[in-house]
Amino acid sequence: MIPVPYYLFLSLALFVIGVIGVLTRRNVIIMLMSIELILNAVNINLMVFSRMWSSVDGQVFAIFIITDAAAEAAVGLGIILAFFHNRETVLADEMDIMKW
Amino acid sequence: MQTLNQALFIFFAVLAVASAILMVTRRNIVHSAVFLITTLLSTAGIFLLLEAEFLFIVQIILYVGGIMVLFVFVIMLVNLDVSMRQVQFNRQWFVAGALSLVLALQFLFAIWVGRGALHLHGTDMQIAPKNTEAVADALFSHYMLPFEIASILLLVAMIGAVVMAKRRVG
Repeated sequence: MIPVPYYLFLSLALFVIGVIGVLTRRNVIIMLMSIELILNAVNINLMVFSRMWSSVDGQVFAIFIITDAAAEAAVGLGIILAFFHNRETVLADEMDIMKW
Repeated sequence: MQTLNQALFIFFAVLAVASAILMVTRRNIVHSAVFLITTLLSTAGIFLLLEAEFLFIVQIILYVGGIMVLFVFVIMLVNLDVSMRQVQFNRQWFVAGALSLVLALQFLFAIWVGRGALHLHGTDMQIAPKNTEAVADALFSHYMLPFEIASILLLVAMIGAVVMAKRRVG
């Protein structure tokens, strides 16, 4: 039996890598992918606690998170496509139309 | 059995973290997408180690088969060559490092506080219901309302994606 903290450390590592990806990359698509990575790290946490308490509630929450990730990816990529048609860029710091 | 589990955990964990790091640092977006797929598949392996068979298959079908295909599709639609030659990182390394350090310390503190309670008990496979059955029971009895709200969320997201990606004429 692998101790619970190992799973939590794995989840922490993925989460931190995701945060760094969101904050430092300029490409919006990679920022979206890093958000998927963060949600995935949360899913590992939910899964290990669900196993720890021998209850499937955590797995149900993970299903909702995956649903959420799908919705977020669909809308986010739609926005990126629309923006690319208008401005020919996918870089976050060039998206400054509303900047005064 | 014990050593096999440990070996599998180390394999999947190292694979997940390594490909996550590669995903964040690669210049080519397609490579990033492929490394993200590797991370998601190793996470699916971790789910299997945690006896969550239903989520294991949902992860593969929905994440790898659905969301990542959508990502690769969009990557193909936007122009790769231009963005590959530009600077890939912005100058927020200090903010990113400080924020992730604080988050990591907070998480480690939470683990340290709860260290006495973090134990896995072996489940009795004879008595415990099948994983998919148990998830379906919980989903369609206790969590019926959130389930319906999630379906409405998906509908809204579908309409939103169609409206956003529609090419405007004129």
